[in-house]
Amino acid sequence: MPVYYYIFLSATLFTIGVIGVLVRRSAIIVFMCIELMLNAANLLLVAFSKMHSQAIGATHPTAATDAQIFVFFSMVVAAAEVSVGLAIIVLMYRNVHSVDVNFLNRLKN
Amino acid sequence: MSITEILFWFLSVLAVGGAMLLVASKNPVHSILYLIITFFAVSGHYILLNAQFLAIVNIIVYAGAIMVLFLFVVMLMNLNADSEPPQKNRLLLYSGTIAGCCLLLVLVAALKQSSTTSQLVEMGGGDAGLIKNLGMALFSDYVFPFEISSVLFLSAMIGAVVISKKEA
Repeated sequence: MPVYYYIFLSATLFTIGVIGVLVRRSAIIVFMCIELMLNAANLLLVAFSKMHSQAIGATHPTAATDAQIFVFFSMVVAAAEVSVGLAIIVLMYRNVHSVDVNFLNRLKN
Repeated sequence: MSITEILFWFLSVLAVGGAMLLVASKNPVHSILYLIITFFAVSGHYILLNAQFLAIVNIIVYAGAIMVLFLFVVMLMNLNADSEPPQKNRLLLYSGTIAGCCLLLVLVAALKQSSTTSQLVEMGGGDAGLIKNLGMALFSDYVFPFEISSVLFLSAMIGAVVISKKEA
């Protein structure tokens, strides 16, 4: 299967995530859209790793494995990011009793 | 059409449809369930690419742990369809959608001409994504980043506890 199928699938998922971040105002939904964008990038990294394991696998046998380790570490960082981000959202809900991101303009003026 | 292509298209439709419903649905709990569908579809793509370790980690970490955490927070705050009032400014909604579609258009148009995009992806074969090979790489070449990530998790855990404490 040519790699451009995966490129366009990942671009579509990433774009849906961008639209969600721009359009929705609930902080939880915005955060989930960020997770979706991270997953789209991970999917493309895995697809490229399989592409390169076929193209240059004979001369660089560890290239595909290194790429997938990279995806693994990106998942690790995403898990740590979610725990802190959700704690911040809980704190915001406790202070303003809403998860609407439009309430987060308190630093203005 | 081979079975691999049928599975690819089925999983792609599932992923994109789940993502669209995630953005469109009013109830946050429904959004989370649609996002779980999308994550399972992405895991199916990993299995199709024979990245077995990442498929399992994706299900355990994303669809299991992270989504349960989201569900827990939403239910803790008792959010429902009324907690996000409808977007009064319709212009903002349309302009956001159009801006996103323009981004997709630019990405597709820029990548369509590239010569690398017609290279083939190895489907279902190869031993790069097997648990044995990734484990050997993780605990030999990448053992230092692996240990550093444990420090990252510890700091994230402490940070989450400190942030959400009642009296800071």
